Amino acid sequence: MADFRAITRQGLWANNPALVQILGMCPLLAVTTTVVNGLGLGLATMVTLVLSNGTVSIIRDWLKPEIRIPVFVMVIAAIVTAIELAMNAYVHDLYLALGIFIPLIVTNCSIIARAEAFASKNALLPSMLDGFMMGLGFTLVLVVLGSMREILGQGTWMADAHILFGEAARSWKVTVIDDYKGFLLAILPPGAFIGLGVLIAIKNVIDARGAKAVRQMPEPIVAGAEAEARA
Amino acid sequence: MSRLFRTATSPHVTTSNSVTRVMMTVFLALIPGIATYVWLFGWGVVINILFAILVALVCEGGMLWLRKRPLKPFLSDGSAVVTATLLALTIPPLSPWWITLIGVGFAIIVGKHLYGGLGYNPFNPAMLGYVLLLVSFPREMTSWLPVITFSQHPLDFTQSLSYILGGHLPPGLTIDALSEATPLDSLKNNLRQGNTIAEIRAQLGLDDATSRMLSIIPIFGNFGGKGWEWVNFAYLLGGLFLIWRRIIGWQIPVAMLASLAGMSLIFYGVNGNAYVSPMFHLFAGATMLGAFFIATDPVTAATSVQGRLVYGAGIGILVYIIRVWGGYPDAVAFSVLLMNMTVPLIDARFKPRVFGHLK
Repeated sequence: MADFRAITRQGLWANNPALVQILGMCPLLAVTTTVVNGLGLGLATMVTLVLSNGTVSIIRDWLKPEIRIPVFVMVIAAIVTAIELAMNAYVHDLYLALGIFIPLIVTNCSIIARAEAFASKNALLPSMLDGFMMGLGFTLVLVVLGSMREILGQGTWMADAHILFGEAARSWKVTVIDDYKGFLLAILPPGAFIGLGVLIAIKNVIDARGAKAVRQMPEPIVAGAEAEARA
Repeated sequence: MSRLFRTATSPHVTTSNSVTRVMMTVFLALIPGIATYVWLFGWGVVINILFAILVALVCEGGMLWLRKRPLKPFLSDGSAVVTATLLALTIPPLSPWWITLIGVGFAIIVGKHLYGGLGYNPFNPAMLGYVLLLVSFPREMTSWLPVITFSQHPLDFTQSLSYILGGHLPPGLTIDALSEATPLDSLKNNLRQGNTIAEIRAQLGLDDATSRMLSIIPIFGNFGGKGWEWVNFAYLLGGLFLIWRRIIGWQIPVAMLASLAGMSLIFYGVNGNAYVSPMFHLFAGATMLGAFFIATDPVTAATSVQGRLVYGAGIGILVYIIRVWGGYPDAVAFSVLLMNMTVPLIDARFKPRVFGHLK
């Protein structure tokens, strides 16, 4: 029985696809110019991960190891094609904004990595949960990076939300900095690299602080008592 | 140990070289260039330099404190001052204070300290700061001034200060009205419109009195870009002083200027009406500042003699390519950064022969 809490922790923090595995960099760096674009692609990736992990987990016992990678790729490609068609139909503006990066989800390494490393060895439910949590972790990074770049780059937050959430969301746009002249670097590719570097650095600092706090904790008394009992 | 055997191993002859001395000599060598620049383009240059130095020292101190490094030796070594001065010399004389703040801050914090501080940075910090500004704020970074004698409204010191710090210009003026394209930029635009060099020269190479009468900002001076030829000339003098003082080697400037001149000579020789003369390329834009003060940064440049020749030649060729066929009018910063990337490769390829070993 897989530990659901461990899977959640792995996907969201300890083994986050974007911050720790550094996978799926191409869409991560390319589409995070705004929050909405990042969120849109993050959700599409998450759905792909859940479905591909689920499918791979179901068929894992019939797979010959020699041909597993082509099978994974075909499964993922089929799912991504379905998602692309659905996005074209229901969120057409977002589909246009993301462009080539939707079909490119097929080549997102984090998806095939989860199929190979997790779904092909685990049961259906843990696999789908893993896909969901990995996708959520990826989406969170996309949203945070998109927020950083959008606020710094054009002084707004959640601009053009209607392309993802429909007409009602048009007013969600928050102007963070009034009369902002724009900081093009944040929108351009270097801004993505620098922003991601900053996020990874922040995560590493938090982890280092946590490790330090654990080391400085006094030895639990129980351990001493157990040791004595054993002795 | 007795006094007799104090110098047991080589080197036996030492100089009083130190980072501080090198940096201060570089600063000294910049003074003729700075003076000419101020004389031709106004007080904004001085304000930019002083503000940049202030920002650099604050950022340097802050980063040293964060990195738990001793403050005094690093703050007084002058490297931050030189970085700030070089950056301030590359931005337009009337740049708002936040341009300097962002550029210098990025140069010192990201370009220098995040890579490990002085001696560890793979990219020239001043050029990183400049490129950041150029790609982020194209409008502010292209608001150059004409030579002061051609300006309709030359600003004095307090007016420049008031614009740089507060954004206030004398009534009735806007920065767009004050600013003019640089010679390189103007040349590029004219060539794009299909004009030949002869046509451009007939219009924008007139003598001062006629130009002023027709209110034209000339781009051709006596031998280079109008105004910029003298700034470049002064940097050249400062650079020769640095070579004479053995602060920099001759290889990088010579290779860079020779390859730039060679490239422009070839194309000028083939079609003198579409490609401007080598002298214009040598004495316009940031050529001399780049050749003597920026490309020769001891940390980010190649180290061996052959390596330096290759490195310098690469910069010169890239400058020509980007100036003539690229999107930007000048290209010293991009070329230096691109060649900075190749430095590990160059250093690995052109290792000096170790004494006693055959090739």
